[in-house]
Amino acid sequence: MRINRLSKTLLWAVSAVVLSFIYVPILVVVANSFSTSSTLTWPPPGFTTEWWTRALTNEGALAAISTSIIVALASTAIALLLGTVLSFALQRFEFFGKSTVNLLVVLPIALPGIVTGIALNNAFKTIMGVQLGWATIIVAHATFCVVTVFNNVFARLKRVGTSLDEASSDLGAGIWTTFRLVTFPQIRSALFAGGLLSFALSFDEIIVTTFTAGSGVQTLPIFILDNMFRPNQAPIVAVIAVVMILIAIVPIYIAQRLTTSDQR
Amino acid sequence: MATSVTSPDRVAELPTQSAARRGSAFLYRHAKVRLALLLSAPLFWLGFVYIAALVALLITAFWSVDSFTGDIVIDWSFNNVATILTQSVYQAVTLRTLGIALVVTAIDILLALPIAFVMAKVASRSAQRALVIAILMPLWASYLVKAYAWRNVLAEGGILDWTLGFVGLNSPGYGLEGTVLTLAYLWLPFVILPIYTAMERVPDSLIDASSDLGARTWTSFRTVILPLIAPGIIAGSIFSFSLTLGDYIAVKIVGGATQTLGSLVYTNVGTANNLPLAAAIAFIPIAIIFIYLAAVRRTGALNNL
Repeated sequence: MRINRLSKTLLWAVSAVVLSFIYVPILVVVANSFSTSSTLTWPPPGFTTEWWTRALTNEGALAAISTSIIVALASTAIALLLGTVLSFALQRFEFFGKSTVNLLVVLPIALPGIVTGIALNNAFKTIMGVQLGWATIIVAHATFCVVTVFNNVFARLKRVGTSLDEASSDLGAGIWTTFRLVTFPQIRSALFAGGLLSFALSFDEIIVTTFTAGSGVQTLPIFILDNMFRPNQAPIVAVIAVVMILIAIVPIYIAQRLTTSDQR
Repeated sequence: MATSVTSPDRVAELPTQSAARRGSAFLYRHAKVRLALLLSAPLFWLGFVYIAALVALLITAFWSVDSFTGDIVIDWSFNNVATILTQSVYQAVTLRTLGIALVVTAIDILLALPIAFVMAKVASRSAQRALVIAILMPLWASYLVKAYAWRNVLAEGGILDWTLGFVGLNSPGYGLEGTVLTLAYLWLPFVILPIYTAMERVPDSLIDASSDLGARTWTSFRTVILPLIAPGIIAGSIFSFSLTLGDYIAVKIVGGATQTLGSLVYTNVGTANNLPLAAAIAFIPIAIIFIYLAAVRRTGALNNL
């Protein structure tokens, strides 16, 4: 379209401002993680890697990282199982109440996290009388991770269709054989991408986690939140924040590459 | 797949194989059984864990807490509902939260429109792809880290203080303004993406026709593009609006003493130990979101989510 030069320059200038609005705060955290000041003073008075060495040897932080990884792996495993069977049911069958089931999958992520959090907290503590801990975090995370696996596998099943499966059973293969040799290889990368997204989602989650973790288990986001308000812990929190960005972005990047390379 | 071509009488000679084979044949013939098997586990999980929890939350809102022991007592009453409807604290907090949500949504739409326009209609193909990635990437950076980043930005003596110092101003610090800025930051990508998608679908020929007929850029934008992208704008506003209503972590990190519906729920679950009241408060944002969704449903924006 034709736009006069002045509007064009203005539009690009505004876009640049918006982009810097998006990126400057993250860069400030990266800079502060190397700052010699332990308050959040700007500009950083000097450069040091002390916080990085201290954070990477901090026992609480390391324990929190492994807790987060275990929780993310366990809830991803459950989400993979539930999300895959659900996507088969909704993609390959027609049945009464299909749209309700579809809504049910999206609901844990569509409702505000605080509602999901307090509902599960209430169900575990008041209704079932369960102590909050590992199991309750994993159950809560798995509940909202199902949707990422579901979305990926559902889209894939829709795209590959059923003709290869039909050919397989026409040639005499039973449903197990067909699944193992024909269907599974077709959805494998979608499962992997959905699993990675689910891992990242669980690894980052804080709102539902604060309501379902109890006092004994500390995931990495909870560790950050607890330490954020402690004076002089600021640079260590900055280091862990940078680490979290890296840990979250790598799986997302791989998942994106997987899904886009499939579409080509 | 040698086994798959065995004749039925040969299968009978191999009993170990025939069990799996018979199961497979049975399932192949009975689609309903297959469906039931597929649906049982996820429906059990989502139904019994999640839906039951939501229903239980609704029920708990009508219970109360023994003020002496701190235990939850099952005595049915509308006390909690009456409390949040009549006490001025809850009205004030509800109005404040609504106000924050509206301002955050307005800021996000204003910031999103120009950049979405540049992405969809001005930028070259390669610049467009780069911009989409640049907008998507921070979407996946941890929510907590982004809120923490604003704690850094807004800090006393921090970068905002330093920058505004050149024009003789100070950082607003941790408080209401800080909360609005941080929330606007957190949800911005969620607002940009649906607006961008809607903008991309506007045919270039319409804009060209508009400018051929003498309309300036701004007139074309206002009279041709804006009505066509309205569903995208509404879709984006649903995100920023409902995410703001339920938020309490960002408020805790940069809000100072600011109270929102989310932080009220959180204090009532934690320190105040009044889960029934918290449950009743939690239904305020849900009610507002449902009213909002019902209001925008007829615009067709929900199909854009």
